[in-house]
Amino acid sequence: MSIFVNRYSRVIFQGFTGQHASFHAAEAIAHGTNVVGGVTPGKGGTTHLGLPVFDTVAEAVRETGANVSGIFVPPAFAADAVMEAIEAGIKVAVVITDGVPVQDMVRVQRYRVGRDCIVLGPNTPGIITPGECKVGIMPAKIYRPGRIGVVSRSGTLNYEAVEQMVSLGLGQSTAIGIGGDPVNGTDFVTVLQAFEQDEDTDAVVMIGEIGGPQEIAAARWAKDNMQKPLIAFVAGASAPPGRRMGHAGAIIEGEEDTAKAKMEAMEALGLYVARNPAHIGETLLKALKEHKLTA
Amino acid sequence: MNVHEYQAKELLRMYGVPVPAGNVAYSDSQALAIAEQIGGERWAIKAQIHSGGRGKAGGVKLATSLEEVRRIADEMLGTTLITPQTGPKGRTVRRVLVEEAIDVDREFYLGFTIDRSTQRITLIASAEGGVEIEQIARQSPDKIIRETIDPAVGLLDFQCRKVAAAIGLRDKLLPQAVRIMKRIYRLFRDKDALQAEINPLGLVKAEQRLICLDAKFNFDPNALFRRPEINELRDLEEEDPKEIEASGHGLNYIALNGDIGCIVNGAGLAMATMDAIVLHGGWPANFLDVGGGASPEKVTNACQIVIQDANVKALLVNIFAGINRCDWIATGLVQAYTSLHLDKPCVVRLAGTNVEKGRYILAASGLPFIQATNLDDAAAKAVAIVKGETV
Repeated sequence: MSIFVNRYSRVIFQGFTGQHASFHAAEAIAHGTNVVGGVTPGKGGTTHLGLPVFDTVAEAVRETGANVSGIFVPPAFAADAVMEAIEAGIKVAVVITDGVPVQDMVRVQRYRVGRDCIVLGPNTPGIITPGECKVGIMPAKIYRPGRIGVVSRSGTLNYEAVEQMVSLGLGQSTAIGIGGDPVNGTDFVTVLQAFEQDEDTDAVVMIGEIGGPQEIAAARWAKDNMQKPLIAFVAGASAPPGRRMGHAGAIIEGEEDTAKAKMEAMEALGLYVARNPAHIGETLLKALKEHKLTA
Repeated sequence: MNVHEYQAKELLRMYGVPVPAGNVAYSDSQALAIAEQIGGERWAIKAQIHSGGRGKAGGVKLATSLEEVRRIADEMLGTTLITPQTGPKGRTVRRVLVEEAIDVDREFYLGFTIDRSTQRITLIASAEGGVEIEQIARQSPDKIIRETIDPAVGLLDFQCRKVAAAIGLRDKLLPQAVRIMKRIYRLFRDKDALQAEINPLGLVKAEQRLICLDAKFNFDPNALFRRPEINELRDLEEEDPKEIEASGHGLNYIALNGDIGCIVNGAGLAMATMDAIVLHGGWPANFLDVGGGASPEKVTNACQIVIQDANVKALLVNIFAGINRCDWIATGLVQAYTSLHLDKPCVVRLAGTNVEKGRYILAASGLPFIQATNLDDAAAKAVAIVKGETV
């Protein structure tokens, strides 16, 4: 059916009454997302977009049964907001905020140990199960319900891959951004595990980029544990070393960080690798054919 | 954000970590005054640029008289140093560090980083200091000691003792090493550093003391809002003026050496656009992310920055509008071409929100816009144009 979010998810937004959260909460509602309220400290007891506003996530969870939160608070307060969501029992926290200090995320990742919550981001476009639930800033209308899982570090490359798939008649079970930061809440492996177990996902498209060890770790995991075809692209083959290419995490700090090294390692591990970002859709189609899967 | 060695050493001094006596000089007379103040008989004069490999490039020199300090400082200031990290253009030396020269008997490596696998701050040490850590990692990976730090409790004494013993710092040196490690960790944490390198950490045998001879720190740009004292250390002269101008407009720009100027939304798509250009046999002139919600003004600013690069023969605009709007992007392009009197060919690929409106605005403008249907088409057309082919 999907992973992490679906039509039954009960969604709140943190930083609810702010400009961006308001806009994207309204878009989420228009997409059919079951938004049940929001949190803005100091505005508890009021209503916004016709929904209740709470001072704390704990109250929001108690009153609405919320289990998913879209976090739109400014960078200085983002880590606190994530930990508040985790503590309150939120199961999926989607951190849209860009510019969160890295050491704040180091603390969040420590705080998560032993607590059951998927944290997507920071600096993520969010997550969408097309036609059911959208928590993020992606343009919902380019997505189509279907059976391909999509996971990327970048937002716009998620859209790019999705457009290529949709033009070939392929829809998505769930599409996820894990964010462009060096320390993010959820890595590729966690998402691949969920897609592998999802009955309604046939294949997965994974879009990585330069910097960090995640792509190769995911490819290794997939080789040993994944039955479903995994199609990959890594952005930044033309990026110079030592520079942060827009995303805080997109920086070549060693040989193994390059797009070339990552794609070669993935090919050696048996993944379907699109060397050209324009060929993600075609590569997916080829993988589906070889696995005798149809869209 | 990188800082200079002398700035890193000042921070270390504030945290009680032993560093040589010294100070920064912007002129030969200042250098002389600093050497006089330090006293002694030998001084090191070190070029302050944001790059490693200064020694081999002639950026680190020893002086044995005050007159020599003055002369070396005079020679060094204003020269251009070329290191593997600066690229062929090199960097102009505008500041030098003058400090007491210290003879050490052994050199160690000490560093802190945020390890992306464990997602923790990690202490790295080696008995093989004085060379690049990457080189040690290649040649003798077993000589690199790593200790992962739990942020809930911080770096613990026993962890430091473990690391110190492993690199051979025992007896009187062990408590010194523990103190140094803990203090650097505190500095790393307090100031939101991303990377810290003490290479070498020197041992003066006769006095049985450890001292940091070189220091390299990199701080988290996302945390500067809460570290104003670190933000003040930023040296704009070490950065590309176009990149500074771009960041002032909320644009993320990085100059490269090709001839296709890129304007893209989103870091991932911007990188992929560059990759597609290269796959078609071209080379990008820059990386540029206009970000989300790009207004027509922002697009105009982006055009202006990109075409400042004299190598640019054509533009490639690739927009997948989510929060962006294609009609705004198109309006911005038309405005830029009209107000800046641009005539360079411009390949535009628009997708997402308000795409039809955007395409209409471009088509109706009568300006040299060449519309592309997708990423591949856009890259192919841009490369063909700079190669002088017709599209």
